[in-house]
Amino acid sequence: MIEIKKESENNYLVLSVEGEVDASSSIHLDKAIREAFDDGNKQILIDCTNLNYISSAGLGVFMSYIEEINQNAINFMLFGLTEKVLKVFGILGLDQLLNIKEDKEAAVAELNGV
Amino acid sequence: MKVRFTGKFYMRLSLVLAILLWLIIMLIDFLGNLADRSQVDLGIAPYLPTLFLNLFYIFVLIYYRYRVTKVESANFVDLLWRVFATGLVTVVISLIIMLFNNEIGGTTLAENPFLQSAFYNINKVLISVFLISTFTVWKKLILYQRSRRLVLSWRIFEATLLISIFFNLTGLVLQDSLIFEIVFGVMAIMAIILSANLKWVAYLNFKQKWKSVLLILLITIYIFYFLNFLYIAPDNSPDVFNPITELFVIVLFVFLLFYSLFSLLVILFNLPTSSVFERKMEEAINFQRLSQSIQQGENEDEIFDVLLTSSMNAVYADAGWIEIHMPNGELKVISNHIGREHINRIKENIISAKSRQIIKNPLSVDPDTDRVLVNLRRSSYKTAFVVPLLIQNEVTGFMYLMNEVSDSFNKEMINIINTFASQASVSVENFRLMGEALLNERYKEELNIAKSVQQALLPKSLDHNDGFKIHAFTEAAAEVGGDYYDTYKLDEHRFAVVIGDVSGNGTSAAFHMSQMKGIFQSLVQLDLDPKTFLVDANNALSNCLERTSFITLTYFIIDTDKKTLEFARAGHCPTLYYDKKEKHAKYFENKGLGLGILRNETFANFIEVSKIKYKSDDILVLYTDGISEATNQENEEFGYDRMKTLLEQNSHYDPVMVQKVFISKLYEFCKETDLNDDYTMVVIKFN
Repeated sequence: MIEIKKESENNYLVLSVEGEVDASSSIHLDKAIREAFDDGNKQILIDCTNLNYISSAGLGVFMSYIEEINQNAINFMLFGLTEKVLKVFGILGLDQLLNIKEDKEAAVAELNGV
Repeated sequence: MKVRFTGKFYMRLSLVLAILLWLIIMLIDFLGNLADRSQVDLGIAPYLPTLFLNLFYIFVLIYYRYRVTKVESANFVDLLWRVFATGLVTVVISLIIMLFNNEIGGTTLAENPFLQSAFYNINKVLISVFLISTFTVWKKLILYQRSRRLVLSWRIFEATLLISIFFNLTGLVLQDSLIFEIVFGVMAIMAIILSANLKWVAYLNFKQKWKSVLLILLITIYIFYFLNFLYIAPDNSPDVFNPITELFVIVLFVFLLFYSLFSLLVILFNLPTSSVFERKMEEAINFQRLSQSIQQGENEDEIFDVLLTSSMNAVYADAGWIEIHMPNGELKVISNHIGREHINRIKENIISAKSRQIIKNPLSVDPDTDRVLVNLRRSSYKTAFVVPLLIQNEVTGFMYLMNEVSDSFNKEMINIINTFASQASVSVENFRLMGEALLNERYKEELNIAKSVQQALLPKSLDHNDGFKIHAFTEAAAEVGGDYYDTYKLDEHRFAVVIGDVSGNGTSAAFHMSQMKGIFQSLVQLDLDPKTFLVDANNALSNCLERTSFITLTYFIIDTDKKTLEFARAGHCPTLYYDKKEKHAKYFENKGLGLGILRNETFANFIEVSKIKYKSDDILVLYTDGISEATNQENEEFGYDRMKTLLEQNSHYDPVMVQKVFISKLYEFCKETDLNDDYTMVVIKFN
């Protein structure tokens, strides 16, 4: 089960992903990120505070945007990852390709160029 | 000899006893006559011959009881035929005796008491055999459709009848005794009441009824003949009847006669309606045909064919057709007694007709499913009945029934058509469901094939030498999975070992896994260093994998000569390693990135190669995340710490045992939770 909340704050968009991202729910995650990209958002934050589990299919969704992020110079950041989820990103090596911040403050601070 | 007390045994025994008794009766008569002539008292009690006769009746009754056994509606006529045949034989013999008697009339021979009594006895035996056999058959017919009350009243009657056999020992005569008359009256009434049970007649078809009428008529004539023979006094006697001493026989006569007459009348009166009955039976059979699930190899046309023909028969339609939209979009028309071009003309007629009557579908509120009764003008057909055919609650076709006579569809007919149509719908639905089930079965089979193909992709034997022991275990959550491991002998003392996991699971993962196998087997031949291997593999996979898929892999080169282990990790779970000397297990958490994540040359920057020297009894545990991330009901992961401790505790075992301990601990941990990922383990222990 997954729940995705979309919230526009100041100059950035926050997508909060809650629950578990498995093979079936990863489709919803992909759709939400796709929409955010298609709407022309240049600053996208993914709130993973309440993300309990992510399967390889879920990781595949993030992975598939890496190229687009780099090409279009999009500020795409994940924050609030639990230790478990962070470890999954780390093992696969995705932490080296995605911008992962500890919390929202850190992410917003980077956006604002602090 | 072992005697088995079967029906056949009783039948034979009673036959033998009956014949014996009859011979004794004849003998006694003969001796009696002889004694009369020489005026000697034989000293035989007068009741003795009567008693023997009574016993004779009883044995004949027993004989026929076992003789006439099973009654089926199909053999009613056979039964009647048997009665008729028995009667014919008896009558013929009795007529021959009479003719012979007439022939010798006036001669001294005719006056011979021996001959007289012999003839009398033979006649009597024949008559009683005929009466009793007929009685048994009539009994079977009465009890053909039995209720508890009927069986009870029949048993009472039969018991009374049995007792009545011995009534003749009283020496009473019907004509003189009031008691006899009363008993006879009561029994006769019982017999007549029972004779009203004629349900078997309903099961006869028209032809059988005619045959039965004929046979029963002849049987009745026999009965009359014998009644006349036994009881009508000779012309020179002042009385009309002979003295009647045997209650059993006279009651039997009354019963047989009444039952014969009743059956005769009932069959005769049933003759005109039997065609209706037969039609109803046919409808029931058609209904059954419709409801039977269609055998394999037949198709839906069969159902519609049966529906059309049985509906047309049921309503005496002159023509009819069914139009049905098949699932593939094609319109199918099945017609009977009507041509294509005619159908279109009549359809126009039906649409434009003003006189129409809507009949609500009792099973649905949807007006589309209502039946329409149309009166036509300017057409060879005067009435049309249009029935929508529903499949899965959707109107997918129509049945048209045409009649050349106006107002020819009555309410009963419409009801029958409704039942037929809904039954046909159910059958078609079942047929389609069965087709789907078969298709599913085939998919399952295909998956099983895929499973065995995939299993063949995993190595049956693992390459190794005396330098190390190796053991692997794998289990997929679905029929097929995305876990992969393999080995390759680079040279005498160098071996490549690989473990991998494809993102996602099921069929798509299995396809990617087979690609990985191909890539491994091609690249490993080149004897590349681990980093080049992974970079080349990433390049190759970049062109094969879809955008969201990736593969994690760890590639090892074991050199048993130099005792080194060289490896690189492409995003795969960190390898668990037990150091024997330090008695401590750890994870190799070197840098890495999954294959297919970065599909360009920068991938190489993310790969780190490690090289260690191993010592004897060090253990290498390769696994997939199905093991490390397995969760129990409390949503707790099996986890790295648990695995580490487990290895430390079991490091003295050989690889097979280490794997068994791991997997059994894993099952214990997960308990009832279903396996939702593939899991694989490769254990290597160095010598």
